[in-house]
Amino acid sequence: MTTYIIRRLIWALVIIIMLTLAIFFAMRLLPGDPLMIYVAQSQIANIGPEALEQLRAEHGLDKPILMQYFNWAGGVLRGDLGRSIFYNESVGKLIARRLPITAHIGVLAFILATTLGTLSGLLAGLRRGEMADQIVTPLAYVGITVPIFWLGILLVYVFGLKLGWLPIGGYTSPFEDFWLNTKQLIMPVVCESVLGLASMSRQMRSSVLEVARQDYIRTAWSKGLRERTIVFRHMLKNSLIPVVTLMGFAIGMIFGGSVLIETIFNIPGMGRLMVNSIFNQDYVVVQATTLIFGTIVLAVNLIVDISYGWLDPRIRYG
Amino acid sequence: MVKQNSNADKDFSEAPPQVTEWKRFCRVFFARRLVIFGLLVLFLLVVTAIFAPLLAPYGPYKQDMRSTLQQPSSEHLLGTDSLGRDTLSRLIYGSRTTILVGFATAGFAAAVGIMLGLIAGYFSNSIINMIIMRIMDLLISFPMIILALFIAALLGGGIQNVIIALSVGALPGYARVMHGLALSTKENDYVLAERAMGASVLRIMLSHILPNALPPMIVLITLQLGTIILAEAGLSFLGIGIKPPGAAWGAMVNDGYRYLISNPMLSFAPGIAIMLVVFAFNMVGDGLRDALDPRLRGLL
Repeated sequence: MTTYIIRRLIWALVIIIMLTLAIFFAMRLLPGDPLMIYVAQSQIANIGPEALEQLRAEHGLDKPILMQYFNWAGGVLRGDLGRSIFYNESVGKLIARRLPITAHIGVLAFILATTLGTLSGLLAGLRRGEMADQIVTPLAYVGITVPIFWLGILLVYVFGLKLGWLPIGGYTSPFEDFWLNTKQLIMPVVCESVLGLASMSRQMRSSVLEVARQDYIRTAWSKGLRERTIVFRHMLKNSLIPVVTLMGFAIGMIFGGSVLIETIFNIPGMGRLMVNSIFNQDYVVVQATTLIFGTIVLAVNLIVDISYGWLDPRIRYG
Repeated sequence: MVKQNSNADKDFSEAPPQVTEWKRFCRVFFARRLVIFGLLVLFLLVVTAIFAPLLAPYGPYKQDMRSTLQQPSSEHLLGTDSLGRDTLSRLIYGSRTTILVGFATAGFAAAVGIMLGLIAGYFSNSIINMIIMRIMDLLISFPMIILALFIAALLGGGIQNVIIALSVGALPGYARVMHGLALSTKENDYVLAERAMGASVLRIMLSHILPNALPPMIVLITLQLGTIILAEAGLSFLGIGIKPPGAAWGAMVNDGYRYLISNPMLSFAPGIAIMLVVFAFNMVGDGLRDALDPRLRGLL
């Protein structure tokens, strides 16, 4: 198990390095001189060629491109993600304020998706063709087809505008007003979780059906074990294996959804920062948000891989 | 066509049972009512997109400042937006964006992805395999919409850039499946025989490995179309992609959001259209999978 974990860790490191390389070179392949973009955006009028060279040296843009990469990557490691032109603030600070908000919603959505997803799938699989299945299966189908931004608007219309039960947007820190925070987060969390929840429910259902056919389950029944024991001791862990892979994807879906959901519910998180920065042509921020989203997703995938090895010993030695 | 084949069967009793294969495909494919429903929706979508100018009661850009934000009526079945444009007409024209982006992205991503997966799978012991597949690993773990946003930010908006951005997000799926199929297919004896006869690498790849991968690829492309259309809708909802006044369903949902209290139909109608189309692609994809190769269940 230790060697397996070490192997995965080295692997994750390689992928992170690839990610930084990809993002850095993608930004550099932009048509146009990065310095000129900077100059154009900071509205420095009538800059002379000498001042331009000085500015180039200041930003390290006169060095070979590989050196530039190492400078940038070194900065990232120290937490220096550059300076936003639009907000005129360090990107690190911008993100430090917004990341907790996105993570807060994301973690809640992930918990909702995994618990409700596996439980509903388990129920639908165990009671195949019965009422529970007939409710869960079509709902899960709706969940993987519904555009989440549209679902958000639908919820706003029903629960925010017509019934007036929930606020239609905004974010208040839970330390300030926990109750208001909870009410504000219900709709965003539901929307962000829905795609992952539905996919996990579907996967769980089909994997329960698969496991239920196995010999060891028949043996367990014929031994006269109680249903509860069979389901929770023998079926659950085995049918969870394919679902665990989906957890990594679910995190991707949840953070991917945050760019849409934070826009709809007016939440000042990372997702909205990224979208706004695209419109402001604030490339340094776009670069940083992409890097952070990517790193989070990769880190979660690493955890998923490791727990996968714990659940299924066949993977470890594969 | 079918008749001709059944005659050929009588003449050559050893001939491969093409007719039964086709019949079996039809029997499984059309067995589920939801698959037929999906097929119908896709047929309507294509017809709508092709004949949009004939079907739409008004021009998609025709503004009428005297009748802005109208409720659904016999004149405007789904009402009008803030510029007095007919929602139904824009919905009909929006199907063109959906189809164009969907098919172009799926085609582009499949072509590149299949090629990369084929090369990586065939040269499975070389460094090429490692480089290609590691890049695919990186791309696949990335949320499609964030990747597309990043690329769209670099390239700028516009429909062809959206197609490029979404293709990069979609291609690792094809590359991975193709890689796996190429790995297993090339171990077959007939590939070895072909190689012993001195066939070129290109010939083995294109005429022996690729055809075997066709059924799963068709299924994957159909299923992926739903995902691509959802992602495109998300991008155009955020205002990236088609430029106003062009009609795209995602953008229409966003336009209507401001008038949610007075004119909920502006947002609801395009959302339902997106959902229907995504549902249809999923259903048809499921049906194709069951009919072409049931072993793919759970894999695709």
